[in-house]
Amino acid sequence: MLELKNIEVMYQNVIYVLKGVSLSVDEGEIVALLGANGAGKTTTLKAISGLLKTEQGDVTRGRIEFMGKKIDHMSPEGIVKMGIVQVMEGQRLFKHLSVDENLRLGAYVRGNRGEVAKDLDMVFNYFPKLKELRNRTSGYLSGGERQMLVVGRALMAHPKFMLLDEPSLGLAPFLVKEIFEILKRINADEGTSILLVEQNAFAALSLAQRGYVMEDGKIVLDGLAQELRENEDIKEFYFGLSSIGQRKSYKGVKHYRRRKRWLA
Amino acid sequence: MDRPCGSFDENYKQDSAIIRTRTQWGWLIAFLILLATLPFITSAQILSTLNFIGITLIAVHGLNLLTGYAGQISLGQAAFVAVGGYTTALLNIHAGFSFWAALPVSALSAGIVGLIFGLPSLRLKGFYLAMATLAAQFIIPWCIVNIRPDITGGTSALIVPAPRLGGIVFNSQQSMFYIIMPMAVLVTIFVKNLVRTKVGRAFIAIRDNDIAAEIMGVNIFRYKMLAFFLCSLLAGIAGSLWVSWLRAVDADYFTLQESIWFLGMVVIGGMGSTAGAVMGVTSVRFMDLGVKTAANRLGELYPSAATGIFAGLGPFLFGFIILIFLIFEPHGLMHRWILLKNSYRLWPFSRY
Amino acid sequence: MDTFLQFFISGILNGGIYALIGIGLVLIFKASGIFNFAVGQLLLVGAFATWAFLKWLELPVWLSVLLAMVVAALVGLIIERLVTRPLIGQPVLSAVMALLALSVMLKGVFAFIFGPATVSYPADVLPGTPVSLSGASFSGELTWGFLIAVIVFGIVTLLFYRSRIGLAMRGTAEDHQLAQATGINVKHIFAITWMAAVLVAAIGGIIIGSKVGIGIHFTPLLGVKVIPVVLFGGLESIKGCFVAGLIVGILESIVGGYVDPNLMVITPYAILLLVLLFRPYGLFGQKRIERI
Repeated sequence: MLELKNIEVMYQNVIYVLKGVSLSVDEGEIVALLGANGAGKTTTLKAISGLLKTEQGDVTRGRIEFMGKKIDHMSPEGIVKMGIVQVMEGQRLFKHLSVDENLRLGAYVRGNRGEVAKDLDMVFNYFPKLKELRNRTSGYLSGGERQMLVVGRALMAHPKFMLLDEPSLGLAPFLVKEIFEILKRINADEGTSILLVEQNAFAALSLAQRGYVMEDGKIVLDGLAQELRENEDIKEFYFGLSSIGQRKSYKGVKHYRRRKRWLA
Repeated sequence: MDRPCGSFDENYKQDSAIIRTRTQWGWLIAFLILLATLPFITSAQILSTLNFIGITLIAVHGLNLLTGYAGQISLGQAAFVAVGGYTTALLNIHAGFSFWAALPVSALSAGIVGLIFGLPSLRLKGFYLAMATLAAQFIIPWCIVNIRPDITGGTSALIVPAPRLGGIVFNSQQSMFYIIMPMAVLVTIFVKNLVRTKVGRAFIAIRDNDIAAEIMGVNIFRYKMLAFFLCSLLAGIAGSLWVSWLRAVDADYFTLQESIWFLGMVVIGGMGSTAGAVMGVTSVRFMDLGVKTAANRLGELYPSAATGIFAGLGPFLFGFIILIFLIFEPHGLMHRWILLKNSYRLWPFSRY
Repeated sequence: MDTFLQFFISGILNGGIYALIGIGLVLIFKASGIFNFAVGQLLLVGAFATWAFLKWLELPVWLSVLLAMVVAALVGLIIERLVTRPLIGQPVLSAVMALLALSVMLKGVFAFIFGPATVSYPADVLPGTPVSLSGASFSGELTWGFLIAVIVFGIVTLLFYRSRIGLAMRGTAEDHQLAQATGINVKHIFAITWMAAVLVAAIGGIIIGSKVGIGIHFTPLLGVKVIPVVLFGGLESIKGCFVAGLIVGILESIVGGYVDPNLMVITPYAILLLVLLFRPYGLFGQKRIERI
């Protein structure tokens, strides 16, 4: 469904961020994209959604295809129209607009077809809490409510494909669980494919079917979520566990990451 | 990149020198000699333009300090020039001050008025500050015209006597040139050096990031006020010279339009660059002269459209050029000049 | 009492027109964060276009006004495309300077085409018969102008708060990147905003023109007065713009009537300075929602 073929991304024609990233997401799939800070995960998402252009970035090599069509030089709004919606990091919302208006803006691309009311019901079905908050100014919502609102707003566009950037950021663990459960339901009921960027690797890999690990602008590891969860290195770097399942002392830390950097 | 290779500094004195090589000294001396002899070799029209350039340059240096270096937008520079001009005129006419005594008083009074209108900068930035200075641009000339029309002449012009020194009366373009140009050169040297001191660095810090500057210990309010003070001080000097040069003063000289022209010269020359201010003022004033000449010619050719051409061509070109600079060369002429110099030096390996 | 009523109501009538012109500034500021310093010259666009159609092409009034509206919208589109769009992401000073440069340029164009003399409409654009009310009488043009201003103001407000495009405009005003991520074409929104802004400025210009004539020197000065109005109301507030327009109009008229007619000219700027010193975000301006 979505395919990135060896893309390279530069910001302002100097800062070389993605150095040949290839990944694919199939229809109805949830794929996790993991990696440390600054590995290029968010940039990958922005390359797909076209938002790179708003930050003076550009896809300089490779191609991005969505349902067989090349989309790397389309405008962000054109890409949204094709059915790819990015939920940006940090629960960005239109702070001075009400919850209701935020959701209606989410449906902006689909024109005024009178289906908005139906879609609102669908969103309220997933997030019953939003219904109570309908007329509140969204800037005053709590972190969890904001996350619900941004996912809900994305849903209003009826996306075929959702890009989620750190939906767990700043949320309490039980809220993360709730949000992830809802994401799973959305994926199952609406058939929306999801590419999920996460710091919380454990949560992400239990939701996703497959996963990619990025480091320094490259994909260094990929596989089924199950396999990745079992992978020794992943366990060590992301879960902070050694093979026995205990906290590891730093004395015997493997120099895996450093070796990787030399090769790069 | 600014110097040829092989020219190194060997001590602090060399390191902090503005003029670094013999060639530069040579050019500078040649330029100053040329400047000093200009009154004898150019036509009266060019000379009067040069005088106007000198006066404008002083005002624009002030504005460049405030806007280009300290980052505070001012739409009221012409009003501060008016304060200086009227102070000189009134002291001359009503208190019998000589030009030389009136000049510092005018500079100071303009500086103080500038401080008053700079006060809002304590809380305001960007558009808001631009609007506060816009208020100054309307209120100051209004006060001049309306509060005591019996002294200021109201809307009609005042006649100002020519400056005298001993037996010399400075009543021609040539003689005024020798007051205006040394003044302009001195102000240029002063500004050029000021921006290399602690004060200049504080201005730049405030412009680039005021919060960071404050955290680093720059007293923002003090330096903003200082910038406003210096800006209007120079405006006052310019105003004083202006009225003594024209030997008349009228509130109509100092409109919003004039303030916009000053800002435009800063932009065209290159904000935050002393040499840029010189280039901006010189090129805009000569352009204006060229446009007037051209408009006269065109007016003779097409008498029916003469008034339109005369009134419209200058502003149109000026606005157009500023827009072009803003969009294609926001760093101004100075930046182009540096690129040109570097590419000349590096030829054939240069990119521009 | 009658004189007071006279001053009070003519203040309201003037203020309504300030508010009308001000709404264009508010829309542009909300959408793109740019303050339209060229508003004075933009008044002339509609005013002169109408005059040209009436005088040179001898068209009927309604058609002239309609065509002038089209011209104004086109001018708005051109300004957005050629002046403000290339400057997106540049510092505030560039935006200020660009619009000032635009105003100087427009002044040159108008001086070239229409000359420096003041002109007035050859036909009555708005009915000029004075309207009288309990002993006081008011200029017919201003009264009609006020009614038009209120209607246009109402339409714009309705569009802004009740329509889909208005919602998109409000979204764009808040966060450009997020708006794009939601699928809003921000450039279209900017273009629409500028068209609307020049359009309302044109309406204001025609009203003023039919009352006092059109001149390249004094009409823009009337337009610049709107800057204090908008700031007083709060740069982002449509409601504030209306209230502030009326207040400034009334104050101006009363100061001019009772104290000194000369003071009328600078009353708005004195208000501006006071507002800037004590309440820079104006009457109804947004204080940013910061959630820590």
